[in-house]
Amino acid sequence: MVLKVFFPSCCSSAESGILIGRWISEQNSAVILAVVHFPFIPVQVKHYLREVQQVTKVSVSVLGSWNNSKQEKEESLSEFLEDLGTIFSHEPWIQISKEGDSKFWNCSTLQKQSDIHREEEIILVYYDQRKVMLSHLHPPLDTADHGAEDASKLSAIFNTVANSKVLFMTDRYDDGPIKMTHWQSDGIEASIIVELMKQASVPACMLLTFLLSLVSGVCNSRVLKFWPLSFLWSKLSTCEQLGHRLQHLQVISSSKKAQNQTQLMRKANIFVSLLIDVALGILLMSWLYRKNQIGHLADTLIPVADHVAEELQDLLQWLMGAPAGLKMNRALDQVLGRFFLYHIHLWISYIHLMSPFIEMILWYVGLSACLGLTVALCILSDIIALLTFHIYCFYVYGARLYCLKIYGLSSLWRLFRGKKWNVLRQRVDSCSYDLDQLFIGTLLFTILLFLLPTTALYYLVFTLLRLLVVIVQGLIHLLVDLINSVPLYSIILRFCRSYRLAAGVKFRVLEQQDGKPLRLLMQINPLSYGNVVQTYRLPTYSCYPKDSWTSLCKKLFLGELIYPWKHKGEKQE
Amino acid sequence: MAERRYRSASGAPLALRCRQHSASCRELAVRCPRLQLRSLSAVTSAVWLAAYGLFVLCENSVVLSAAIFLMLIGLIIYLHCVKIDQESLLVIGSLGIQLTSSYASGKESTTFIEMSQVKDVVINEAIHMQKVIYYLCILLRDPQDPQGVSEVVPLFQVSVTE
Repeated sequence: MVLKVFFPSCCSSAESGILIGRWISEQNSAVILAVVHFPFIPVQVKHYLREVQQVTKVSVSVLGSWNNSKQEKEESLSEFLEDLGTIFSHEPWIQISKEGDSKFWNCSTLQKQSDIHREEEIILVYYDQRKVMLSHLHPPLDTADHGAEDASKLSAIFNTVANSKVLFMTDRYDDGPIKMTHWQSDGIEASIIVELMKQASVPACMLLTFLLSLVSGVCNSRVLKFWPLSFLWSKLSTCEQLGHRLQHLQVISSSKKAQNQTQLMRKANIFVSLLIDVALGILLMSWLYRKNQIGHLADTLIPVADHVAEELQDLLQWLMGAPAGLKMNRALDQVLGRFFLYHIHLWISYIHLMSPFIEMILWYVGLSACLGLTVALCILSDIIALLTFHIYCFYVYGARLYCLKIYGLSSLWRLFRGKKWNVLRQRVDSCSYDLDQLFIGTLLFTILLFLLPTTALYYLVFTLLRLLVVIVQGLIHLLVDLINSVPLYSIILRFCRSYRLAAGVKFRVLEQQDGKPLRLLMQINPLSYGNVVQTYRLPTYSCYPKDSWTSLCKKLFLGELIYPWKHKGEKQE
Repeated sequence: MAERRYRSASGAPLALRCRQHSASCRELAVRCPRLQLRSLSAVTSAVWLAAYGLFVLCENSVVLSAAIFLMLIGLIIYLHCVKIDQESLLVIGSLGIQLTSSYASGKESTTFIEMSQVKDVVINEAIHMQKVIYYLCILLRDPQDPQGVSEVVPLFQVSVTE
């Protein structure tokens, strides 16, 4: 098996000394973490390593020697380095030596016990200690399940470097008994603002938690659980969105520490998405309240609703005549048309009753935009639902009528063929009918068949109108979902610090010389943006239509009511 | 450093280059034919002819600027995401296998498969259009079930089918 030496690239200019790191025997590879410089006292080194082992739980040991000779080769030193192998017993003893500024290093191993002297091939793999330490491999390992890490994988190397973080955090000016070279952090970053914010965040979180518990207590109270109110809450998308945001706030303000990387990222994502949402909402609000936009909006809203009603009236008049040259059943056509016209008349009077209060309502509703853009969008969706309530009503009437006809026709068609639907066995059985039954059935079948085009036309027109409203609402909900679910923090992290989210590693072959070990550069392969979004997407409450296109078409054909979203604001009034 | 010439399944010329970095490390690279000036100019002139035809019909200069934008964006997307210039396979003994495909724009996408994940390397056959083609693929071990195969990774995918 080939021996692999993972060497931190920051140590390539270190002075001579010994290499410390972890030996992974499953992979036959050595992960070098640091170089301890001469001179040192072996006992102190051993003691220090034992301390490090206790803290980091990584079996750090002395792996070999490192010789960086600036001048000519010193014979005595190389012998001395071999002797070191007897003090720190390790199998195999790795010797790396660098001459001058040469890029090509000598690398050899010393096997003391084994009698067979086989020439093992050595691969030198350079890695960036800082990036490997900070990066997180994806998909995240669920270490809770396995307990021990799988030492035969590359993630073992990542874990080794990440766990020995304590080793690197030592102060560079702290003169200990041992001098080492490794990636050096510039100390823990500290600024007054960050410290103040950290201090302030704890009471702020506590206050937030208290307020949230109050709000959720009010929301869960008995008074709001009675039938008409609870029904109303479940149909208003604004309430759903507010509940969703409440959960988010609870997650953020909880005093529990995030246990692993996934939870931490989730919290950060929620926080950023909440911030962006509120910022957009406040922007919207500042625009709305600046030049009395609310008043303009209210002034245009009523004429628009009036206009829609008028257009509907015209449409009904057209349908009551001979729409597109079709000849309808005149009596049924007139009855249906008058019925819908009366409905519109009622609707217009309702709007005119409402019109003095619209501006005030809008003014108060606009204030809710400070809770976030998503809340404002949900309110918009609810307002659209309320203002197009007549279209929904027409659709339901048309659909019910059409559905009745279709079912009647299908059952009469069975009678026509001498069959019937067996309810107990859920299948079609043959049946012998009387002459009277057959006569009446055929008569009804004919009547229904000839009246079907009139109903179907009304159904078709109102279904198209309804679909238009549903599509507009669906687009609004899609936007809300997008704001709710995009993991913005992860995307920014991937953009600015691409090594933090690693999908794996990639190797580059560096130039090489004959007789010298192969040199590879290990780089971090960042996660693709699609994967970032897929991994860290925040779950949303809204469910997309579960039925496929064919089942949707089937439902439309049979006249069953379609509910594209579970939460709809059309049913209440 | 030997370069050998082959033909792909559709008859396009391919160049295979083997490099032995060391005893346990070897690189295989398949170079696909570069973007031909002929096909590029053919597509450009076709788009422009169509745009001019539309322009003559509807006498709106927006059509022409739209054609320029479409052409540019299409070319960028083609060079950056579709056209693969070279696919290489780096086999490092006892460490793993690295697949790299470099696009015409210089973008490289790399996947590294650890040796412990590799279950086997097989030659598979597939039906492509009206013929049967053969391709090399790596079978990945399923971590839950040691006998099972979790994924089949085809090698030199574009070079085979292009």
